Amino acid sequence: MPESSDWYPTCDRAALAARSAFYRTVRSFFDQRDVLEVDTPIISRVPVSDPNIEPMQTTDHRWLNTSPEYPMKRLLCAGSGDIWQMCKVFRRGEAGQRHNPEFTMIEWYRLDWSLDRLMDEVRDLVREVFEPRWSVLPEVRISYGQALQQYVGIDVHSASDVEVADVGIQAAGHDLQLSRDGWLDIIMSHLVEPALPEQTLVFISDFPASQAALAKVSQNEAGYSVARRFELFFNGTELANGYDELTDADEQRRRFVQEANGRPIDEALLAAIEQGLPECSGVAMGADRLLMHLTGAERISDVLSFDWNKA
Amino acid sequence: MANYSTNEFKSGLKVMLDNEPCSILENEYVKPGKGQAFNRVKLRNLRNGRVLEKTFKSGESLEGADVMEYDMEYLYNDGEFWHFMATDGSFEQHGASEEAVGETIKWLKEQEVYVVTLFNGAVLTVAPPNFVDLEVVETDPGVKGDTANGGSKPATLSTGAVVKVPLFINIGEVLKIDTRTGDYVGRA
Repeated sequence: MPESSDWYPTCDRAALAARSAFYRTVRSFFDQRDVLEVDTPIISRVPVSDPNIEPMQTTDHRWLNTSPEYPMKRLLCAGSGDIWQMCKVFRRGEAGQRHNPEFTMIEWYRLDWSLDRLMDEVRDLVREVFEPRWSVLPEVRISYGQALQQYVGIDVHSASDVEVADVGIQAAGHDLQLSRDGWLDIIMSHLVEPALPEQTLVFISDFPASQAALAKVSQNEAGYSVARRFELFFNGTELANGYDELTDADEQRRRFVQEANGRPIDEALLAAIEQGLPECSGVAMGADRLLMHLTGAERISDVLSFDWNKA
Repeated sequence: MANYSTNEFKSGLKVMLDNEPCSILENEYVKPGKGQAFNRVKLRNLRNGRVLEKTFKSGESLEGADVMEYDMEYLYNDGEFWHFMATDGSFEQHGASEEAVGETIKWLKEQEVYVVTLFNGAVLTVAPPNFVDLEVVETDPGVKGDTANGGSKPATLSTGAVVKVPLFINIGEVLKIDTRTGDYVGRA
């Protein structure tokens, strides 16, 4: 039996209005830049391959999207040109102060753009969205290696697994028996993110090659392999995740097979990439997180009409 | 006891961590977009009151701790244990060790009601009410008329606790004391 107040929205009317205005800003931003708004299916035949993201399955064995990345890439392969969309995505179990298992994502792709140029556009969009609250937010761009050197004092490219684990164990309070990448996640979330400058758009790029996901891998100036990816952090939250997109179908298949962990692989996407994914950079951004900052909300539920528990 | 998964960790939940009963204070879900999910948890060790921060993999679980809080009246000390009786009508009695009574020994008064925490049926801690009324058994003679100036002097209470009181207080007076700070509040 639901409680009598259970029907009531999670957020107030001001938050509904802020979301509405925010959607208009985003639409006009991409409209002015001639990026085509697209709409891809929420429910697909195959799930995401990322082992750290758990998709939800429907009773007829289809999958709710965890991001619109795969179908958007198929559109790119089919010659769509620059595209963007804002849609609902679903990730099982991701519930917390800053997470809701159903959330809104803004994702877009730019053909022949470098990551730097895409970071410029991300910055411009975020500044425009935040304009009602902050006039012009400063920006910082550092590499993952520099961030760990500066805030934790370790050289991530030369540190041994044991050295990385030791720092992680200190931060976590005990040994969680994690992989190197697991410990790096602890180090980033427990030690680096809280130390980043406040009221500043902080872009961290060139991730360890082991965290490449669907990004290209290349050598940095020091000769280490790095993933051509960036993440945008703002006041303690991760806002966006951008890639210089992998266009090599064989390498893509290899990563899918390695990651899939028993889940079916998206053969349609692989066939499309084989046919040819144009050189492009793409980025996914958390719309609800942007709204949280814009409205000064402490919890994601403060910007959702009905959060997971009230949905 | 049942096991609790990280997504069930709520403020006030009692769990076992490294064989110690703990109470969860805060639970923050941490999930990098492309990384593993964790829960950063703040817990209070119920035995010694220390606050710890531990991170768990999301989905990990901890065993629940058989910890219950009861209102109990202080009865007497037999030289080794301090005895309390439940006020819920059960008249159930429990003896608390010196370690369990801890600092509360300064505020123990017969017939006063305390919050007694039981862990696996034994007394883990004894918490005093926020305010107790205690008699002054020793202090310098009172100074008449001095009520405005902030002067103070030490006074020993019936429990042995020493608190700072205004100069006008005399032996035999009953004072209201804030047990959280050990401060004199006023005459009872």
